[in-house]
Amino acid sequence: MNAHDDEKIRKLLRAAFPPVAAAGPPRDLWPAVLRRLDEAPARVPWFDWVFAGVLAALFVLFPEVIPALFYYL
Amino acid sequence: MELLEQFVLGDLDAFETLFHQFQHEVYGWILRIVRDPAATEDLTVETFWRIYRSHGRFDPAHSFGAWARRIATNAALDHLRRVRTLRAEVALPTDFSQGTPPNPALQRETREQVLQCFRQLPAKLQAVATLALIEEQSYDEIAAALGISPGAVKLRVFRAVRQLRKSLTRAGVQA
Repeated sequence: MNAHDDEKIRKLLRAAFPPVAAAGPPRDLWPAVLRRLDEAPARVPWFDWVFAGVLAALFVLFPEVIPALFYYL
Repeated sequence: MELLEQFVLGDLDAFETLFHQFQHEVYGWILRIVRDPAATEDLTVETFWRIYRSHGRFDPAHSFGAWARRIATNAALDHLRRVRTLRAEVALPTDFSQGTPPNPALQRETREQVLQCFRQLPAKLQAVATLALIEEQSYDEIAAALGISPGAVKLRVFRAVRQLRKSLTRAGVQA
């Protein structure tokens, strides 16, 4: 591969994908950003809390399972 | 207090001022990478959401523009990865041209093949190839946006060209 070959690829790409003209957003996106900020953070489902609790209890009662778990992860 | 320091403390007015100063730059940068105006709007919003969420981690001694561009690049890369996976699953169209007509000298079929081969590249190679080969951004600028060295950018461009040439040859396009 040489510079000439690279130039061929570059030309082919630029012909297929014309460079983007400098452009800004067609509208002010601030209201959309505010809406996004106002969205409630994702809530953790109750069964995930139950699962985490069961795992924590398992680790406390049977600490020997921890290395086995890491092995299978 | 300086604008950037107010932003670090989570001041929404300071964030709004920064948003209006940088939204054009961020939008333009993302558009260069993803080349899809509708997706670019969403990604610009996503970028500024990520920026606000991480306001406490920003160092006001550094450039806000460079930091914003880096977050924008990550958001654009996430999008390219999602689209690439989706395209592999449901065969989405490969052309997201944003109004600029392609070169008429290039035959439609060849163009389709180039687009298809290009969209098969891994997201991080697509991004550097777009920025370096199509948009002709400097390696230093791309490196800063990706958080890697200019040497690593050069290597990614080299790998992108090599993979692209292989797929084009396989598709019967002389490259």
